[in-house]
Amino acid sequence: MRVIISTFVLFVIWVILTQSFDPQELITGFIVAFIVSMISPAIAGEKTGKWFQPKRYIYLIVYLFYFIWQMIKSNIDVAKRVISPKLPIKPGIVKVKTKLKTNAAKLALANSITLTPGTLTVDIVGDEFYIHWIDVGNCDDVHRNCQEIAEGFEKYLEVIFE
Amino acid sequence: MQWYEIIGVVMIVTGAFFLFLGALGVIRMPDVYNRMQAGTKATTLGALSLIMGVGVYHPAWFFKTGIISLFILLTNPVSSNALARAAHNSGVPLIEESVVDKYAEDKEEIKKEMES
Repeated sequence: MRVIISTFVLFVIWVILTQSFDPQELITGFIVAFIVSMISPAIAGEKTGKWFQPKRYIYLIVYLFYFIWQMIKSNIDVAKRVISPKLPIKPGIVKVKTKLKTNAAKLALANSITLTPGTLTVDIVGDEFYIHWIDVGNCDDVHRNCQEIAEGFEKYLEVIFE
Repeated sequence: MQWYEIIGVVMIVTGAFFLFLGALGVIRMPDVYNRMQAGTKATTLGALSLIMGVGVYHPAWFFKTGIISLFILLTNPVSSNALARAAHNSGVPLIEESVVDKYAEDKEEIKKEMES
């Protein structure tokens, strides 16, 4: 089952990249995709049932739009800081707890946090993220304002990956 | 000029502008971590907007550029995370204005956890 799913995913990527439905291309692509997924079936993850729940895909699309909006917002924020002559930064490394359990979800959360400028994941230990934040502001306690970095993303990632 | 060509050009120019701001940030920021903020991540919107702009300008390439941006989204944060972690572990200090450094405070515990 895992091999079938990863073959399918790789094959779709192949078709998008080659952009042709010539039988030669399709057959070569299928063979290559099959060999790669035989070697590394881990692409599909442990529980294959997750791939067949449409709810996850809907949330993924919503999440993409939410994420792009966040990215634009925070990019403009960092751009402002870079341009302004006084350089108004107040950096520090804060600790944020996450309720996500699976490795895939944690990876996605860490990537999302890093991709939105202003926050940068330095390390993950268990369920705690160490995040370098360019503007710590009045966040001094683990359970207060710091959590807001992760909370927006967590809502969606919980449904998509767990 | 077609309407999609105009959108493509606007996206490319926006991307170039954000890449410029990223470069400016690298010069202006005071320490490694803040430089990384500007340098690795002003580029995400910059590079994504530029690449997708090319895709919109040539509609035949749209899905290809989409795949390229997807791979950038997957790999870029991993590398900046590795850089930041390596910098902190080899003892590069934060600037003095920094407010907190929980990572340094907890370093002993983390070490113990890793060993056990």
